[in-house]
Amino acid sequence: MSEQPMVAVQDLKVRFKRGGQTLAAVNGVNLSVARGEVLALIGESGSGKSVTLRALMRLHAERSTRIEGRIEIAGQNLMALSRRQLQALRGPVAAMIFQEPLLALDPVYTIGQQIIETLRRHRPMPRAAAREAALEALRSVRIPSPEQRLDAYPHEMSGGMRQRAMIALALACQPKLLLADEPTTALDATVQIQILILLRELQQALGLSIIFVTHDIAAAVEVADRIAVMYGGRIVEQAPLAELLNNPQHPYTRVLLGTRPKDGLRKGERLVSIPGAPPDLANLPAGCAFAPRCPQASDLCRSEVPAIEAVLADHSVCCHHWNRLPI
Amino acid sequence: MLAYTFRRLLLATPILLGVALVCFMLVHLAPGDPLVSVMPPDASEALREQLVKAYGFDKPLPVQFGLWLWHALHGDLGMSIASGRSVASEVFNAVGYSLRLAVLATVIGFMFGSLFGFVGGYFQGSWLDKLASACSAIGVSVPHYWLGMLMVIVFSSQLGWLPATGGGPMGQSAWAWDWAHLQFMVLPAITLSVIPTGIIARTVRAQVAEILAQEFIVGLRAKGLGEWGLFRHVVKNAAPTAMAVMGLQIGYLMGGSILVETVFAWPGTGLLLNSAIFQRDLPLLQGTIWVLALFFVVLNLLVDILQTLLDPRIKRG
Repeated sequence: MSEQPMVAVQDLKVRFKRGGQTLAAVNGVNLSVARGEVLALIGESGSGKSVTLRALMRLHAERSTRIEGRIEIAGQNLMALSRRQLQALRGPVAAMIFQEPLLALDPVYTIGQQIIETLRRHRPMPRAAAREAALEALRSVRIPSPEQRLDAYPHEMSGGMRQRAMIALALACQPKLLLADEPTTALDATVQIQILILLRELQQALGLSIIFVTHDIAAAVEVADRIAVMYGGRIVEQAPLAELLNNPQHPYTRVLLGTRPKDGLRKGERLVSIPGAPPDLANLPAGCAFAPRCPQASDLCRSEVPAIEAVLADHSVCCHHWNRLPI
Repeated sequence: MLAYTFRRLLLATPILLGVALVCFMLVHLAPGDPLVSVMPPDASEALREQLVKAYGFDKPLPVQFGLWLWHALHGDLGMSIASGRSVASEVFNAVGYSLRLAVLATVIGFMFGSLFGFVGGYFQGSWLDKLASACSAIGVSVPHYWLGMLMVIVFSSQLGWLPATGGGPMGQSAWAWDWAHLQFMVLPAITLSVIPTGIIARTVRAQVAEILAQEFIVGLRAKGLGEWGLFRHVVKNAAPTAMAVMGLQIGYLMGGSILVETVFAWPGTGLLLNSAIFQRDLPLLQGTIWVLALFFVVLNLLVDILQTLLDPRIKRG
């Protein structure tokens, strides 16, 4: 890789203090996203994928969160930035879209007001020019009748339109990195695919880097260049899309891919599920977090966290037994 | 918006009629003879009958109600039995005094209540929050007539800074917006403001805490807003509820300050009700209650309309 990556994260750890407990939500994540690349971060609820994403913009409440490690976005060290520098980065450099736009947009401001506010926050401009730019942003996400949407409140639009409006809001300041937190989970299946296509088109047109968090492998397949699988706050396997689908190494990735009905679920067929429950983040096992649910687990797995090993140059896995597993 | 206001006004009409009926019935169901206070103890039966006729107490109740309502709609609430003056002018005068006091008390309450509420909501669990919560709990639970007496003892008797009782300087019956009159308002207004302060503080604190926990706050941070930018959003989201509570507090203080107005001898509706009750002055009691109820209905209406203006999620259909 000749040029500098858009995102470089080393040994990221996020701890939440809640009551007397400490939740170890993210336990040493390494990842890197090139310019113009789409990385999908997939995993179950509680695997730390959304927490990782929010930590990238340092959006967690400072009082109850501890972040360790190194985060670099577009060459800037996020851990060293002042509050003011962070605010200047959020929007024009990195932007975020959320799972449920109805909750993520302020309900008492119109879409237009919210986009204009963002634009004027980062680039001083007259209100009329900002309004024109906001309209342009809405057009770029191909929202129907954008002039009307400008003065609409979030609750007055459909789910798909709201998600388009949120994408317009996020992209209004022309960021280079888009962090997408399950942006299609709350949508109907038909709208999901439209939003995924839109994201892919915008990504290609604008040369965006995207980190796409989802638990839906099908959605990840639509947009991602590379997939990172998270479990118990760690990335357990990371590979280019085709490589990961065809040659999964980690036992968790294998069962995860296995839970996806290949040719649709036929009547009377049981949906495959992974036995056991996701790990308790307040009380993580000493070794591999997946060991209690893993059919191949050994004593070593239960006592020692496996190191990251390379399967191929761009395919890494975090398992003691990956090269001894049955194919 | 106009259609909505009109519809709400139409809906308010039966409420007003109902309220009129209820306060008429309450006053007539209560035991006691209204004429006792105006008749000499040794009055003859003939005089009694004459008075009963003069006040219209000889007619059947429905007719009395109908007549009263008809006159009331023309602005005539009858004659006060005790003073012989027109009830409408007495009530009107008292409403002016009470409204001034209630508005001032609510404004004070709104300022301090919002301050305590925002501090508590923003710094949840900190000692500042605990202090603000303690203040509002004390505000809601302290008996305010007792607080009024305490204020009179400290600021009037001991320090001599402010007058203890009355609605203006001796010998002047009309209100004026000068310090000579305003100084009489200070103690009762502060005393009355304690309850709205507590209630508004608790409402705003809960609102702010709820708003700050919502996802869109993260969304606003993610687009680069600073704390002041966020604060604007929190205020706009909290405003409809805070305004509604404030509007209703004015209504409560209009009629609910009998004890405080009595302690400070403030010539408002509370004091008027107090004397009307003790003198069994039925027309005055009836008229005052009805006008206060009217105020409450109108305030509710205004609050509803204000809320639809402030909160776009409320349907205007």
